[in-house]
Amino acid sequence: MEKFYQLWKKFGKNFQEGGKLSWLSSFYDAFDTFLFTPQTTAKRVGAQIHDGSDSKRTMIIVVLALVPALLFGMFNVGYQHLLATGQLAQGLTCALWWKAFGFGFLAVLPYIIVSYAVGLGIEFIVAQIKHEEVAEGFLVTGFIIPLIVPINTPLWQVAIAVAFAVVFAKEVFGGTGYNIFNVALIARAFLFFAYPTHMTGDKAFIRTEGTWGWDGGHALVDGFTGATPLTQLATTTETNLMPADFWTAVNGLIPGSVGETCVWAIALGAVLLLVTGVASWKTMLAILVSAGCTAWLFNEFGPDTAVANYPWYLQLVTGGLLFGAVFMATDPVTSARTECGKWIYGALIGFMVIVIRVLNAGYPEGMMLAILLGNAFAPLIDWCVVRVNINKRANRKGAAL
Amino acid sequence: MALSKKTKEAFLGPLNINNPVLVQILGICSALAVTVQLKPALVMGISVTIIVAMSNVVVSLIRNSIPTRIRIIIQLVVVAALVTIVSEVLKAFAYDVAMQLSVYLGLIITNCILMGRLEAFAMTNNVLDSFMDGLGNGFGYAWILVVVACVREFFGAGSLLGYQIIPDSWYVANGGFYENCGMMLMPAMALILVGCIIWAHRAINDKESK
Repeated sequence: MEKFYQLWKKFGKNFQEGGKLSWLSSFYDAFDTFLFTPQTTAKRVGAQIHDGSDSKRTMIIVVLALVPALLFGMFNVGYQHLLATGQLAQGLTCALWWKAFGFGFLAVLPYIIVSYAVGLGIEFIVAQIKHEEVAEGFLVTGFIIPLIVPINTPLWQVAIAVAFAVVFAKEVFGGTGYNIFNVALIARAFLFFAYPTHMTGDKAFIRTEGTWGWDGGHALVDGFTGATPLTQLATTTETNLMPADFWTAVNGLIPGSVGETCVWAIALGAVLLLVTGVASWKTMLAILVSAGCTAWLFNEFGPDTAVANYPWYLQLVTGGLLFGAVFMATDPVTSARTECGKWIYGALIGFMVIVIRVLNAGYPEGMMLAILLGNAFAPLIDWCVVRVNINKRANRKGAAL
Repeated sequence: MALSKKTKEAFLGPLNINNPVLVQILGICSALAVTVQLKPALVMGISVTIIVAMSNVVVSLIRNSIPTRIRIIIQLVVVAALVTIVSEVLKAFAYDVAMQLSVYLGLIITNCILMGRLEAFAMTNNVLDSFMDGLGNGFGYAWILVVVACVREFFGAGSLLGYQIIPDSWYVANGGFYENCGMMLMPAMALILVGCIIWAHRAINDKESK
C-alpha cells in the first residue's frame, strides 16, 4: 500500500501547476481524495467548529448505509422473478437462493453502472470547464438512483433522467451543496412524468423477462399480478383489501423498487446513519409520527376506500416511505437546517405522503412527491424559525431594558 | 432605398441582442402554452408579428394626437381591434389551429411585448422605424417559439408539423425500443427549454462582449 501511495503521488506531479497534465488536475484531485485521506486535518490547537472530516467521508458512510438495502434488493429482484415464473413451487432451495441473487445482481448492476457513468461523467466535465474540484455529491445520488427506479426501466431512459437531474437540478444551481431539490428524486420524478408506462402499473416492478438473455422465456404463473401493494390498493374497488400483512411487508419479499421493500435492511442503514450522526433523527421521527397520525386519522374518519382503510402501521412499512424517510428526506443539503425546522419539515412530508396516497389514486406512491414538496418548503421553514427566534430574543432584550 | 442605421437597428436588435423573450423575458406565458406542437407555434408567431407591426404603425401615426393621460386605453383599443381581425381571419381560414390556440389568440392583447413596444418605441418614433421595430420584435418572439416547439414536438410526439419523423417501428408498441418523452408535453419543460436558450444566448453574447 505504501508503495502504491508513493507511485500515485509521483504520478500526481504531472497534474500540478506547470505539469503536462495540469488541465486535468481536478480529475486527479478527485481520485486522490477519494482513495486517500486528505493530508489536511484539524489542527490540534485552537478552537474548531468541526473536525477535519470532509464531505467525501460523509458520503461514504451514506453509501455504506445503503449497501444492505441494495443487497437485499438484488435478492428480491431475483426472488420476484422466480416467483412470477413459477420456479419456486418446491420452495426456496439453496441453489435457487443463489440463482435469485445472481439474477438480481445482473439485473441491478447495469443501472448502477449507467447511473454512475452518466452522472460522474457530467460532474467531471463540468469540473474541468469551471476549473473547480470535482464535487463528491454524486457518490450518494448515483447509488440511490438504481435503488428507487423500477427494475424494468430501460437503461437509456435512466441515462436521460440522470443527465437531466444532474444538469437541471444540481449544476444550474451551482453544483453540490447548492441544489434545492434532492437530485436522485428529480431523476425519478423525470422518469415518472416522462415515461409513465415504466413507472407504474403491474409490469413495472417485476422482471418477468430474462436478464442478458439468462432465464428468460418462462411462462408466467396463473393469476400473476406484479402490482405493488400500494398500486393494488389504489386500483381496487374493494374497500378492505389487504395486499400484504405486517410481517410480509417488513421482511420485504414483495414487489417494489429495488431498495425500498425490506424494513430490516433500511433499519440497518438507519442505525449506521444515526450512530455516525450523518442523518438527523428528528427528521426521521417527525416523518414517521406525522405519517402514522395522518394514516390513523384516515383509518378512523377518512373515506371508505381500500387505501384509506389500510391500517396506519402498514402504511408506514409499505412502499418507499421508510426508504425516503431514512435516506432521502434527511439529505443535509435539501432538508431544513434549523433543529426546530427539521420537526416541521418532517411533519410536512409525513402528512403529505399519506394525503397523496389516500386522496390521489393517480399517485399510489406518495413519497417522491412529498419529499420534493418538503424540499421546496425547507428554506421557508428555516426562514420562519430563524425569524421567530430573532423576535423572541428581541422581545427578551426589550423586556430587560 | 437605403435604410438608416437606426431603422436597421430597430429591426435587427430584437432578433438577438435585445430579444424580447430572451433578454427582456416578456411573452413567456404564451411561449409555454402554445409550443406543444410546431404548427400552432408558427401561427402564433406570425399572428403576433403582424399585430405588433401593425399596431406599432397605427400608434406611431397617431402618436402626436394621443392625450398622454389616456394613452394606454387608446393603445389597447388599437391592439384589440387588430387581434379581433387576426382571430376572425384564422377562424375563417385555419379553424383547427385557431381552436388549438383557443384562448391564447385573444390573450395576445395582454402580451407584454405588445404594450412594451407601443409604450417604449411607437409613441416616440416615426412610422417606418416603428414598423421595423414591430417586425423585429415579432420575429424575435416567433423564432423562440419555433425552436421550443420543434424540440417539444420532436421529442414529445416524434413528429414535426404533424408528420411522423421517428419511424413507427422504433416504438415499444411495435416491438422497438423507443418511447416519446411525456415530460416534453408539459408546460414545465417549455420553461426549462426557454431557460436553456437564454443560457446559450448569454454564454455566446457574453463571450462576444469580452
